[in-house]
Amino acid sequence: MHSFSSLARGLTRRRFVTSLGAGACLSALPQQAKAEGRPSSGCLPAMPSNTWDLEVSRTHVSLDGKSMHAPSIGGTVPGPILRWKQGETVTLNVRNMLDETTSIHWHGIRVPANMDGVPGLSFAGIPPGETFTYRFRLHQSGTYWYHSHSNMQEAMGLYGAIVIDPIRPDPNVCDRDYVVFLGEWTDVMPHDIVNNLKMQDDYYVFRQRTAASFPKEAREAGSAMAALKDRLAWSRMNMAATDIADVSGAIYTYTLNGHAPDMNWNGLFRPGERVRLRFINGATMTLFDVRIPGLEMLVVQADGNDVEPVPVDEFRIGVAETYDVIVQPKEDRAYTIFAQSEDRTGFARGTLAPRVGMSSLIPPMDPRPVRTMVDMGMGEMKPGESMDHMSMSGMDMKGMDHMHMAGMDMSHMGHMAMPQMEVDDPGPPPINVENQNVAMMPMDRTGSPGDGLENNGRRVLNYKQLRATRPGADPRPPSREIILHLTGNMERYIWGFNGRKFSESGPIKLKKGERVRFTLINDTMMEHPIHLHGLWSELENGQGEYRPYKHTIISQPGSRMSYLVTADVPGMWAYHCHLLYHMDLGMFRTVVVS
Amino acid sequence: MRAVLATVLFLVGAGTAHAKDSPQYQAADAPVPGAVTHLGNIMPVMMDQSSWFHGILEQAEGRYAPSGTDFRWDGEVWYGTDYDRLWIKSEGTLEKGRLSDGQQDILYSRAISTYWNLQGGVRVDLDDGPTRTWGAFGIQGLALYQFEFQATGYVSDRGRFGARVEGSYDFLLTNRLILQPQAEFNLYTKSDSSRLAGAGLSDVDAGLRLRYELWRKFAPYVGVTYSGHLTQARRIVRDQGEKPGSVRFSLGIRSWF
Repeated sequence: MHSFSSLARGLTRRRFVTSLGAGACLSALPQQAKAEGRPSSGCLPAMPSNTWDLEVSRTHVSLDGKSMHAPSIGGTVPGPILRWKQGETVTLNVRNMLDETTSIHWHGIRVPANMDGVPGLSFAGIPPGETFTYRFRLHQSGTYWYHSHSNMQEAMGLYGAIVIDPIRPDPNVCDRDYVVFLGEWTDVMPHDIVNNLKMQDDYYVFRQRTAASFPKEAREAGSAMAALKDRLAWSRMNMAATDIADVSGAIYTYTLNGHAPDMNWNGLFRPGERVRLRFINGATMTLFDVRIPGLEMLVVQADGNDVEPVPVDEFRIGVAETYDVIVQPKEDRAYTIFAQSEDRTGFARGTLAPRVGMSSLIPPMDPRPVRTMVDMGMGEMKPGESMDHMSMSGMDMKGMDHMHMAGMDMSHMGHMAMPQMEVDDPGPPPINVENQNVAMMPMDRTGSPGDGLENNGRRVLNYKQLRATRPGADPRPPSREIILHLTGNMERYIWGFNGRKFSESGPIKLKKGERVRFTLINDTMMEHPIHLHGLWSELENGQGEYRPYKHTIISQPGSRMSYLVTADVPGMWAYHCHLLYHMDLGMFRTVVVS
Repeated sequence: MRAVLATVLFLVGAGTAHAKDSPQYQAADAPVPGAVTHLGNIMPVMMDQSSWFHGILEQAEGRYAPSGTDFRWDGEVWYGTDYDRLWIKSEGTLEKGRLSDGQQDILYSRAISTYWNLQGGVRVDLDDGPTRTWGAFGIQGLALYQFEFQATGYVSDRGRFGARVEGSYDFLLTNRLILQPQAEFNLYTKSDSSRLAGAGLSDVDAGLRLRYELWRKFAPYVGVTYSGHLTQARRIVRDQGEKPGSVRFSLGIRSWF
């Protein structure tokens, strides 16, 4: 642990204005980022730059006793923070010093398709020893990130943050500005992890329900019989209510700006200052629940786009999402940034402090979530209860048009608002080798903060609260709806859409300029952060024309949600779950705009 | 008559109603051969068609008795994709330097549903007894309530039939301490006294094992096992002056890769 590397001073506004960069955030300057394996300070480079020479090479990184020759940029994990300026054209010379093909994808950045960095779709990748020059104009501002899209290099550390300064005055300028990059670190190779999951899907889960945990469950359920019934219901389906994350703290050390929890990343402030924290979830398989005990967080940006400020105590950040929050610590004391993994097997941690080296209390982790019948798409049904006794109240009627229940005629309820809209409805997915479950009653869960966060006594962000600060750019209603089921078979560890994995499916074809509604029905019992490259995903969360623009959207288990897409950039775009092992085992599609 | 008519009308009505109400299903991502040419011939997803290679030694145990210790193994290896795999199963018992109950299967395994695989191939009884060869066909998978199950039917080169049924269940006492009841039954249509097989339910090999997963892939266990012959086979074994069955205390290691 190097105290120097743990030190970060943030960029004060005064320093920025007067260009007094000396002493502030030295370690974040790109030319300083050479030291091997040094974690990031989270500080932004003093000024944006249009030209970057980025070298991808292997670096020996050791963290929490876990060593790996990680593919990385500039010898650090995460790589350097790239600071750009909206409206400018950036030139990124990526030199591949690995002995295998690499690529860099600019996550959430609207670029021409050949600059998107997905081998096979955008270009052929960057062969060993060669340099590829990315060049594109920046139409947007905000917090984003970059990562490799080749051969699981991202899962080993090839990622970093992007900050784009807006042309217009930033409504969220703060005294201090830090990137908080969340990730995982392990010395287990990605291929070995997948290989283990193929043999035993709960390989990394050591929080199963057991005989030893039964008395506790019986207490919580009210009776031994109730607990037993719930267990049998799950067991009958060959599923586990404890299936929260496929890969856990059993092998992962959760990181904050490349710091393990005990390295205690420090972000400095003076009491009373406004501090902007740009949270990026660059993990492979982990959703984080983030809070700073003692501080209210004002969420001002989601996925790089400004939103009406929402004061919260906590938020869940899906893999590949970004949230910018503003905090204003008033007291002269340290505050813990606490990001626990969704499955509560570990946490990333850092400290906001008035002086270097301070720390504050680390809160205990919450109880791990347990999946319910809601996650199975069974609505609010209790285990063992049959469908015809269900109360229909509280159900999302919009979600009912594609239900196929005996004795219920709801086929006309769906598209009343858009009678002429073309619908690509795959129908309920088959139960087959590649799919385990059909969500009979998928619910609108955009109003829920997510499993394990409901009713926890804190104000937790949910998707319905995200309201853009300006109306959407394309006011047209969609002319077509594409319904996709998220499917998978946990037992065989196969993932896909509509009961098919990538290699068995065709591309999703969009006409250039077409306005499309994507509707996701999650038939699995896990969250899937779904990322569409190249085009915005405008979340239909009830905010009308102020719907938030996102690049990655968490589809909650057993849920139905939709978002609008304007297919305004031609090309082949990747569309996938950002849990990388789900993506690589089939939850991936090519979206072709032509 | 009226009832029949009503039924027909109902069926027709239901049929048309169904036809009218059922939406035209079309998946936006329906497979279209050659729809996309990948640049540089690179597939953006590489692992969903990968082949995987695993093997598990469910039992590798000593079975203790005052009269002598037997050694028993039971395991399998497989290689292949999500759908198509090659399986090799092997089991046998070494008692007093003599190898018995040696069944080796080479099977092609095809995934047919969420939890089940169809398997077909060849079984060879290879041990110190006379060698027998069988054609094999069966199912393997996960029954409801996470019950592991295999059932294989056999037909021998001599026109005989046999079957093997195996099941096991993992009770999690804690996340690492696991109690596993397990049983395997062999059935034959005709007796084969030189292999100590009788017509009908011939033999059983069962155990109750308590393992501790030090690592996922390495778990020592203690157990109580029973191995015995039943019905006609019991008489055959008795006639040859051997014990028809015994309960043993067993110590072993479960491991896989």
